[in-house]
Amino acid sequence: MNMLRSQNLRIVVTVGLLSGAFILYTGAVGMIAAFHEREVVKDVISLGQVLLMLAPFASGFIAANRIGDGGAEQAAILAGGFAVGFITAIPTIVLLLFNSAEYRFLLELTLRVLPFVAATYFAWPMYRDGKDMRFVIGSWLAIAVLIGIVTFSFALIFEIKGDLRSVLVNINRDWVDVVTFDNRRELMTGILTLTIISVAAGLAGSVFRIIPTIPRRALLYGFGVTLLVGAFGETVRLILQENLDRDTMRELFQRDTLRQQPALMLLIISTVVGFLWAKFGQQVRTGFTSMEPSQRRVMNGVGMLIFAGILLMLPWLIGRTLSDVAVTIGIFVLMGLGLNIAIGLAGLLDLGYVTNYAVGAYILAVLTSIGPLGRLDGVFTFWMVIPVALLAAMFAGFIFAVPVLRMRGDYLAIATLGFGEIIGKLAISDWLKPLIGGAQGVQAIPKPIFLGAELKNPEQLYYIVLVASLVTLFVSIRLNNSRTGRQWMAIREDEDVATAMGIDTARAKLLAFTLSAATGGVAGAIFAAKVGTVFPNSFTVFISINVLSLIIVGGIASNPGIVVGAVVLIGMPELLREFSDFRFLMYGALLVMMMINRPQGFIPSKLVTHEVRAAVKAKVAPAD
Amino acid sequence: MFKWRSDDFSWVDFIIDVLRVLIVLGVVIGAWNTLSSGRISFAQWVNLFAAGLSQGSIYALIALGYTLVYGILLMINFAHGEVFMAGAFSTVFLAEALNRTGFLNDQPLLAILLMIAFAGLVSMSVAILLERLAYRPLRGSPRLVPLITAIGASFFLQYTFRGLYGSGFKAYPGVKALQGVIKIGAINIPVVQVFVFCAALLLMLCLYWLVERTRVGKAMRAVSENKEVARLMGIDIDWVIMFTFGVGGFLAGSAGVINGLFRPQGVNFYMGFIPGIKAFTAAVLGGIGNIPGAMLGGLFLGVIEAIGPNLVLAGLGIPGANQLKDVIAFTMLVLVLIFRPQGILGERLSETKA
Repeated sequence: MNMLRSQNLRIVVTVGLLSGAFILYTGAVGMIAAFHEREVVKDVISLGQVLLMLAPFASGFIAANRIGDGGAEQAAILAGGFAVGFITAIPTIVLLLFNSAEYRFLLELTLRVLPFVAATYFAWPMYRDGKDMRFVIGSWLAIAVLIGIVTFSFALIFEIKGDLRSVLVNINRDWVDVVTFDNRRELMTGILTLTIISVAAGLAGSVFRIIPTIPRRALLYGFGVTLLVGAFGETVRLILQENLDRDTMRELFQRDTLRQQPALMLLIISTVVGFLWAKFGQQVRTGFTSMEPSQRRVMNGVGMLIFAGILLMLPWLIGRTLSDVAVTIGIFVLMGLGLNIAIGLAGLLDLGYVTNYAVGAYILAVLTSIGPLGRLDGVFTFWMVIPVALLAAMFAGFIFAVPVLRMRGDYLAIATLGFGEIIGKLAISDWLKPLIGGAQGVQAIPKPIFLGAELKNPEQLYYIVLVASLVTLFVSIRLNNSRTGRQWMAIREDEDVATAMGIDTARAKLLAFTLSAATGGVAGAIFAAKVGTVFPNSFTVFISINVLSLIIVGGIASNPGIVVGAVVLIGMPELLREFSDFRFLMYGALLVMMMINRPQGFIPSKLVTHEVRAAVKAKVAPAD
Repeated sequence: MFKWRSDDFSWVDFIIDVLRVLIVLGVVIGAWNTLSSGRISFAQWVNLFAAGLSQGSIYALIALGYTLVYGILLMINFAHGEVFMAGAFSTVFLAEALNRTGFLNDQPLLAILLMIAFAGLVSMSVAILLERLAYRPLRGSPRLVPLITAIGASFFLQYTFRGLYGSGFKAYPGVKALQGVIKIGAINIPVVQVFVFCAALLLMLCLYWLVERTRVGKAMRAVSENKEVARLMGIDIDWVIMFTFGVGGFLAGSAGVINGLFRPQGVNFYMGFIPGIKAFTAAVLGGIGNIPGAMLGGLFLGVIEAIGPNLVLAGLGIPGANQLKDVIAFTMLVLVLIFRPQGILGERLSETKA
């Protein structure tokens, strides 16, 4: 019994400290304060507060789950959730105290004591293991001095600078306001509020574990939907106002925020729906799978038709602002599908994908511009230049691919990254300024004209992106199932073996690079036509990283994964402006977490899943 | 180097050879034009060279981190540039504080030592955390997996520090002792350049001593030679790898301080990315995994970057040649990877390593 308890204690402390660190981190980088600007439900809760509660709730649930799996009784589980909620609040409370004028001495005290405490913490195991006493003392001293240098420097900085905020820019009033729930003046009340809310959320997390599955799912569904609708209030409003009249809209929303009553209604309705689905969903699913194959085909066909209909009608359904976002997403879908040919199918990690994008954009800009840099006076139209842009990007892809054909893996990645940087610097340089405008870029790119009508709105441009994406999708699916696709697969798995099997690896790799470049070129050209101007600052390594992230998150070599990845990774920062400052923070964290926990992506391709399973099996049972 | 293989002639070789000839021609013609025009005097060349050496010694310090990690784990720690940034960016505040108390100008040597130690320790903690949280779970996975992780970690670190310290540029305060020039005949060399070069050289000597003469250095060499055997010899592999990341991080952090004192335009969260790639270039140039190679490669790259635009690009009639400094560096990277992936000092690595 005692064993069990100490184990539970460890779970609680670890999980609690992790979520506490998460809260502290999001506060310190300014996420909480930024998200607080977005209200989920009018005058009830903001996205920042949701974040503050979600962390203890989730970690309370996780801890309760682990404790419960260990066979503890309900009281222990609840106590675990309670404790996790409490521990989650501690790091933030400590920072609040450090930040306040009255309790500043705590910071100074901590900085003075920390080196000795830390040195003892690290040296204690050595002493316990019976290492040589001189070694232990030496280590203790060394660690104390090293950490002492850091803490002394910090103390000096804070002494001279006066407060934390002059260094950590986001530990400011806004942050204090959010984490104390608007009790900046009475810090102790604020700390108490934070603790109570955190503990309540942690407790709720553990309660969540105890209640039976069906209500749990119903609640999860209800709160999840309400939260999403509230957070993306602006988006929902934009969609709804296309279809509803003004008065109804005013009852549902105040500006971009969900009002209280509609939010409550939504919560109830979605919980009921969630309940019904949790209760009867299984039957529906078994009903579907037990259908006759012919019936199933019909059902699938109907589903596909509805989906295609939605895709076709999308601009009318969502209005102009969101169509603009949809075009951006579409451009990235296009690039994702293109880069996937190199990364996913042929296994060539191309980090310079922005090169092709830039080539396509600049070709279109220079050839069609009616501004000072377009010397051709609009002789060429968008439709005539698209094939040119495609060929130019293919040519650029070819030129850049030849030198790197002999490189493998990481060298190839870094070399292509170098290409991307070279293109960026060339685009902004004085040397090419007469041609492509240097830092000012190329302006006055006309919109495409289709059957005499100018496609000047995103609603119309959407169709160009849609058609281009569908063509790319078709080509990449066909390629994947072709002889070339199998060659790429062989190269991806083992280049030496592929060569030994008689595959012309140079030719296959070149093909992968040029085809993927072609898509990038088209995406760039569409981008240039959409924006109407081309600046060198649009073509940085961030584009490549964006595309890479959506491929990795969605699932390498998985076409549906890439589409979903683009919608989520590109759409979310566009729709949730508070997010856009943190998009690369999020991408970076996602890349790391995906590689560690789920390298095949969220919507993996069947083949990759199969390969990963095989690899895991091989790892688990090496003796076979 | 021209090896005309008649039996397995391939057009890829042909194109690469053409590329080689074109580059040599370009360099020769550009250099000839510049030198014959006499636009730049001898003293100016020496100045460029000295500036290149100091910049190069900073690259060398960062490059050592790449090389150390590559030598042991055979992975490119792409986020190393951000480790450099972490130290440099954090120490700006310390430098400002020291400047305001007047300590920086009263005791420049002690103050700079404190700054180097602080930056080194900050970078070291970042590097160790990175290893512990991001790379260790991935040991033994396919090679692109840690690389993608490192790219993710790189952007994560950039934007974390942007969130912590803000997105603006912050400049290191000027140190009086480092202002002024040393005159040798007609040549003026700024003191700060000499300081940068000497400081970097000293740090590199310390590293060399650490790796070649101490017990832990011996353990590092053993692990890089063969992990399994090293484990059998009772070496704690995980600890040695962590130590290696720590040492690389310390050097990067100190390079951050030196860089901050050297370059007046200030530091921000994005400052590590380009130097990171350049330092990687330097590491490859010298032969990755090779410690003297990284030092040499860094110096070489710095000099080429300083002299190249003026000598070759200006000679080819390209305006604004100094804007294309980075282009020279990245072209070097690609050229080295094509023509001599083993670097100046490296031996040809086996397929598993290269």
